Amino acid sequence: MVGIVLISHSAGLAAEAAALARQIGGAQVPLAAAGGTDDGGLGTSSDRIAAAIKEVDRGDGVVLIPDLGSSVLTARLMETPGSVVIADVPFLEGAISAVVAAGGGASLDGVIAAAEEARGYRKL
Amino acid sequence: MNTQFFAAWIEEIAAVVSAQRDHLTQLDAAIGDADHGANLDRGFAAAREALAAASPATPGALLVLVGSTLIRKVGGASGPLYGTAFREMGKQFGDRPEVDLAELGTALDAALAGVRRLGAAAEGDKTMVDALAPAARALAQAVRDGLAAGEALGAAAAAAEEGAKATVPLQARKGRASYLGPRSVGHEDPGAASSALIIGALKAAGSR
Repeated sequence: MVGIVLISHSAGLAAEAAALARQIGGAQVPLAAAGGTDDGGLGTSSDRIAAAIKEVDRGDGVVLIPDLGSSVLTARLMETPGSVVIADVPFLEGAISAVVAAGGGASLDGVIAAAEEARGYRKL
Repeated sequence: MNTQFFAAWIEEIAAVVSAQRDHLTQLDAAIGDADHGANLDRGFAAAREALAAASPATPGALLVLVGSTLIRKVGGASGPLYGTAFREMGKQFGDRPEVDLAELGTALDAALAGVRRLGAAAEGDKTMVDALAPAARALAQAVRDGLAAGEALGAAAAAAEEGAKATVPLQARKGRASYLGPRSVGHEDPGAASSALIIGALKAAGSR
């Protein structure tokens, strides 16, 4: 199953987005939150991201979903073509779409494509 | 320029970033998230410690270690950006024990290319590129004109400083400040300001 890492400036935001996505998308999906700096402040920790990637990697690839700024730039440095890949998608909607697709057994490309569909979601 | 020169550069950067920490944070408070000074201070202090612990043998190894440490320790967008810059410079030097001014110029070009690739920023976007690009051009020109190291690094420092100041009237198109739109006008970009300090520290390291 494809693993998913949610990367936010805020540890709380990443953890709560993961909880919501897990509730909607299913508990069986390997999903980890990597939010905040090493000392718990707002920002990005490459060590936390690396640990999260390791945690969710089941050998079928890992999708990174960053929120903004340093989350995106740090995530870009952690990419491995074909196995650890960023989805450039809205943070929460993209996370939910990705988790649903991964839970349904989609491939790495399938999960990315599902997450990208979230860009067009309308609320009204 | 040998390993000792680049170690002195990092020492100079750590000192000037520490001294200018509050100034950088004030610039960032105006149009960002008020952590640039603290982030860079933490990052370069960690880089000094890493160098003291590992004593890298070549300029290339030293700069790659500095870059990797910045990526791990800074915590803001400047971590991956400056981390990439230093790593690209280090990779450019390979395992040569010494480099000349022309090679430093080529490495600065590689650093700039890495920053532009990662951040997708061009000159005029109100980012560190606005200080680094003129510095790289000034250094290349100084090499072509056959200037001595001190003068060449002085020209690069002046160009970076001028580039940073020229970000004041610009509207940010990349980075956190771009969310502010027209409100970002009238403030110096903190990333360009710290880039000018880093390039300025090259000159200081050369005259140690």
